[in-house]
Amino acid sequence: MADREERRFAEVSRESVRLMAESAGVELTDEVAALLAEDVCYRLREATQSSSQFMRHAKRRKLTVEDFNRALRWSNVEVVCGYGAQDVLPFRPIKEGELFFVEDRDVNLVELALATNIPKGCAETMVRVQVSYLDGKGNLEPQGTVPTAVQSLSDDLYKYYQQITRSILGEDPHLMKVALLDLQSNSKIAALLPYFVYVISGVKSVSHDLEQLNRLLHMVKSLVQNPYLYLGSYVRSLVSSVMYCILEPLAASINPLNDHWTLRDYAALLLSHIFWTHGDLVSGLYHQILLSLQKVLSDPVRPLCSHYGAVVGLHALGWKAVERVLYPHLPAYWANLQAVLDDYSVSNAQVKADGHKVYGAILVAVERLLKMKALSLSGSTEVRVDGMSGAGGTIGGRESSPGLSPPPEPQSEPGLGIASHLQAGGAGLPWEEWTPVPLPAMYCELYSFFGDSLAVRFSAGPSVGGSPPVASLQPPGPRKDTPGSGSAGSGGTASLDTTRKMPQLTASLSISPRQDGSPNGEPAPPSLPAPGRSLPRSSSCSSSVQRSRSSSARPGQRPLGPSRDVFPKARFAPLLTRPPAFSFLIGGRQMGRRCQARRFQTSFTPSAALSALPPRGYAHKLPVIGRVSKPLRRWACSHYSLHLPL
Amino acid sequence: MAAVQDGQIEPESEKEIKSETLNDATGNHAAAVGGLLPSSPVSTASVGASNSSKAAASEDQQTLLAVLQFLKRNKLVESADILRREAGLLEESDDAQGSEGGRDELGGASADEGGEAASLFSRVTSATGASGIATGPAPSKVAQGSEDQPDVSVVLSAYSQQGDPALYQMYYSGLKKFIESVLDCHRAELSQLFYPLFVHMYLELVYNNHEQEAKEFFEKFHGDQECYYRDDLRVLSGMSKKEHMRGNETLLDFRTSKFVLRISRDSYQLLKRHLQERQNNQIWNIIQEHLYIDIFDGMPRSKSQIDSMSGSLAGEAKREANKAKVFYGLLKEPEIEVPLDDEDEEAENEEGKPKKKKPKKDSMGSKSKKQDPNAPQQNRIPLPELKDSDKLDKIMYMKEATKRIRLGPDNLPSICFYTFLNAYQGLTAVDITDDSSLIAGGFADSTVRVWSVTPRKLRAVKSATDLSLIDKESEDVLERIMDEKTASESKILYGHNGPVYGISFSPDRNYLLSCSEDGTVRLWSLQTFTCLVCYKGHNYPVWDVQFSPHGYYFTSGGHDRVARLWATDHYQPLRMFAGHLADITCTRFHPNSNYLATGSADRTVRLWDILNGNCNRIFTGHKGPIHSLAFSPNGKFLASGATDGRVLLWDIGRGLMIEELNGHTDTIYALKFSRDGEILASGSMDNTVRLWDAVKAFDDIETDDFTAATGHVHLSENSLELQLGTYTSKSTPVIHLHFTRRNLLLAAGGYNP
Repeated sequence: MADREERRFAEVSRESVRLMAESAGVELTDEVAALLAEDVCYRLREATQSSSQFMRHAKRRKLTVEDFNRALRWSNVEVVCGYGAQDVLPFRPIKEGELFFVEDRDVNLVELALATNIPKGCAETMVRVQVSYLDGKGNLEPQGTVPTAVQSLSDDLYKYYQQITRSILGEDPHLMKVALLDLQSNSKIAALLPYFVYVISGVKSVSHDLEQLNRLLHMVKSLVQNPYLYLGSYVRSLVSSVMYCILEPLAASINPLNDHWTLRDYAALLLSHIFWTHGDLVSGLYHQILLSLQKVLSDPVRPLCSHYGAVVGLHALGWKAVERVLYPHLPAYWANLQAVLDDYSVSNAQVKADGHKVYGAILVAVERLLKMKALSLSGSTEVRVDGMSGAGGTIGGRESSPGLSPPPEPQSEPGLGIASHLQAGGAGLPWEEWTPVPLPAMYCELYSFFGDSLAVRFSAGPSVGGSPPVASLQPPGPRKDTPGSGSAGSGGTASLDTTRKMPQLTASLSISPRQDGSPNGEPAPPSLPAPGRSLPRSSSCSSSVQRSRSSSARPGQRPLGPSRDVFPKARFAPLLTRPPAFSFLIGGRQMGRRCQARRFQTSFTPSAALSALPPRGYAHKLPVIGRVSKPLRRWACSHYSLHLPL
Repeated sequence: MAAVQDGQIEPESEKEIKSETLNDATGNHAAAVGGLLPSSPVSTASVGASNSSKAAASEDQQTLLAVLQFLKRNKLVESADILRREAGLLEESDDAQGSEGGRDELGGASADEGGEAASLFSRVTSATGASGIATGPAPSKVAQGSEDQPDVSVVLSAYSQQGDPALYQMYYSGLKKFIESVLDCHRAELSQLFYPLFVHMYLELVYNNHEQEAKEFFEKFHGDQECYYRDDLRVLSGMSKKEHMRGNETLLDFRTSKFVLRISRDSYQLLKRHLQERQNNQIWNIIQEHLYIDIFDGMPRSKSQIDSMSGSLAGEAKREANKAKVFYGLLKEPEIEVPLDDEDEEAENEEGKPKKKKPKKDSMGSKSKKQDPNAPQQNRIPLPELKDSDKLDKIMYMKEATKRIRLGPDNLPSICFYTFLNAYQGLTAVDITDDSSLIAGGFADSTVRVWSVTPRKLRAVKSATDLSLIDKESEDVLERIMDEKTASESKILYGHNGPVYGISFSPDRNYLLSCSEDGTVRLWSLQTFTCLVCYKGHNYPVWDVQFSPHGYYFTSGGHDRVARLWATDHYQPLRMFAGHLADITCTRFHPNSNYLATGSADRTVRLWDILNGNCNRIFTGHKGPIHSLAFSPNGKFLASGATDGRVLLWDIGRGLMIEELNGHTDTIYALKFSRDGEILASGSMDNTVRLWDAVKAFDDIETDDFTAATGHVHLSENSLELQLGTYTSKSTPVIHLHFTRRNLLLAAGGYNP
């Protein structure tokens, strides 16, 4: 007990103190550093204790940075600036050193100042009155039906909402495209966000209808891509809807003719897209997603299609996720899968087919894992130098942060060890004991599972030297179910060149990490053109960006040009939305970064009505869409008068 | 001897106050107050008394020297001489002792401490003049100026150096063994000793730089302490060095105030005998120095009795502290002719109540005919005269009152919830006018916003130039002065420079008070929607402010532990009420405006007499900071709610706890009695409103003399029966409750998804 009590306090080690002193140009002796460290700990505790009273008096449950700053100010200590964010800032470790830092990206002020797409829908603070309990008995208003509690809708918005939902869920594919397009670019729909999120949460009630599921997912995609929307914690709700499509044994999967695999692929890519672009809106999201994926994967009772979903989900989240969850889990899972695959009975045929799907998905995932890992190992030395010269640009800042040398590291991935304690969802996860496995060992183990089917695709074998660059040229196709021999072949041929053409290949590296690192690099499934994606203007611009990049990189890359050019077009088409999405991100972060006083400028904090309730509650409510009007109307009336006959 | 000192110390203490004003920018108020009101000789006398008694109590030479040093430092040469003569000390030895190395260091360290603590003490010292300070642990602290504090700590340290640090654990566990072995009836009582002893022993160890021993001591025994001391223990455990003790307020409280315990004579004898047998001087010294044992004759109390009363920072209140008479009755209502206009009659006829006059006569008559024996004199506190508009309002009130719904367990009030939407700035305070026509919110972004709840919009008065144009003789001049262009549903008041933690409407709805983290209280006009006065005096965040029910006066309390009484037309406080050992978190006026209740983070509620500044009641029993208070409409009872989620009911006249209402799971931020006092409503952070049967709770009071004499309550276990209902909101903490004049319950809070 005493021990726990002791550990509950923040500890600042004397090494940290000495480091800080050194950075300020002061040399400290051990003794002084120890004394200082202890005093710093005590002062921290003291400030924390006195900050809690500001929280209590502000009638909150959550201690904010502002509270802490007030405590500091009143004890005549300089306040900590720049951390007044509402949400937890991602706290990241650097693996090489025992160093932790808060990610603090550069904000392009010019872009921000000239931005025209400032999120709208900032609602006025207002008072609403509601007779909650009449004579202390009846509850006039059934609690919980209210995503409306936040804002009343104008008639126009309401009509828009109806039109959009009807056309998206309706029969006419053309109308659907138009609707999705508009959803993706309309700047005035902030107020409708909760309703759309609510509609999307209806995935659970249409799990028998692949078409509808697809449409809802497209709707998610449009919302996510809309640069004017501040999703806030609605991200959580969206993610849970998408996760549903990835992981659940949908009713539609009963019929083997339904191609629910594609749906899962698409949903997985969408998930990674949401995560990349909006992951920092919700703290601990990454952990939560990983946790639920892991849960499904480790549950042998679940059908194979769920496992498939978990695997593609992990794959879509990047190789780190694969390394951390899938890889350690593989030995256990392999036994089950093997049993399925080895059963040649007729009754097992369907299950076996599913098993092969899972097998293929795992294979693709681990291959990329191996490739990226090899890349990150070799890349960390060479790429640094010539990579940066090629990169430049706006995201250069991100690239240069040392923790990012493995390219597809998700930006808000919580750190390990100590840092993960800080994450809301991170507590209690078993990742503390996770240690990276060296590549050769990993390869050997994987080889033991997959045998030659792995070796063929990963031509160089355990000798890491030349192969990783190849891997980078060979971005694992998102289509797991068609791991065509073509890709394997091209990988093989390219590997022949590798040894000789190192410089060119490293030059190309400078691009591929950026592509992987850029938020929208992943999510576009070429096989599933989202209806909203056919903006000709921006697609051309994106490909030109692509071309100019590759041309500026190195002339030696030319020979590979064609294959690259084809690829970016197909694969990076969604990149077109990147600039707006990026600036939006800044907007989002900016909003988060603001002190409380100015928070009202954010669009619209999500109502807990959606996020707090377990989604299950909505499962049967999708048809309600038409009926939402009722509460809306009522609110609209009460908007104008607070008068209540007393 | 004390008398001799009195004369000398008094000018001295005044000088102290003045010299502090130089350091303290806003201390001029304090000085002014000190000058305005006769500084009370009581407090200064207690210094002399405590000093001399200390000298007499112990033969320890060092102590005497410390006292001498103190007297010298304060240039009280004469007293020093007297003391020296009486103690038979030589001047040389004094000097030699004084210049000793270790001694100097101590003195130096504590002088620093004094400097740092000066700001803290200046707040307290400044209060000395204003208030006839509370009885109880307060005086010792208040009476000591910023200068003499270090000397006292020198004295304390002189004692604490006696013990061998290694033996502390033995002492403590020895006592523990003893207490565990005594009879059950005594064990509960003696167990009260554990916590204060534990704290003081730990502090002594820390103070004398026995860090390791202190840590071991803490780890070994902190698990034994009652769970409601957890927060304090956490503060303590963080403190492992002498330097940390400097400027730590919690610690100063422990070292300067005595922890009060109530123990029956039998148990006390038992303890005393044990300690004498064992020659356990260490513990005995602590008991003598830091504990105040309030011995009573009679049956020892049971564990539950003790638990219900303990939990405060400084132990229970002494019994004498709650003996003073409190005039809790209501003031006579001024006689106002209620004109029965036709409209009203019709309305009543419609409702089928032919006897329309009767209820009015009743409601007026009972109050106006004879003076309540428990009520204070009508002019005990000068109250403002009623204006015509006030009278009109009273008439309105009475009319409304006739339509009031009688509440009861079978007839619960309807609840309306005022939800603040889109309050991203953070809603920190809410108030609703008595007639429920306006609602105001204080926000963390320093703004105050006022909404009209009726269709009538908020309008400001026209500007001066426009006003000169209007016809002042016209009948509707009151209407004409309003600027129609400014009409809006809500107004925002800008001016504060920090979160607004408390707001309060004046009874006549012309003013609004707000207090903020920036240490100021502001008075806003609801005619012009501008700030009229900024009251400066609290140098630290002000947590709560409230208008008197009769207007004109208001009270504020904050982090500086001093509650202040103000009048709207004085920019300096009229009274300061010092005595709480931690932040004052909420303040409430008694319905008769003669008393003031304050709730504090030291987990006590105090009732102050506005006339003379005395603390007349100290209520202990809460286990967490108190965040809400409410007087019953008849003025007899007080309800308090704290972070521990419990509501306690108190009988003001007898100074007793009546009931403990359990049910809430989080801090209670709002308490309100219904207009006739039948129902108590409580609103909490746990998003619920709960209704309690107040009538039943007050009827159940045991009335035997023994309880009244000793203050030992037997709480019935039926608090769940008293609960009439739980009503949940949706993600909306309830931070304000209000009964309309017709007993409709209004709750308010910010939607907090």
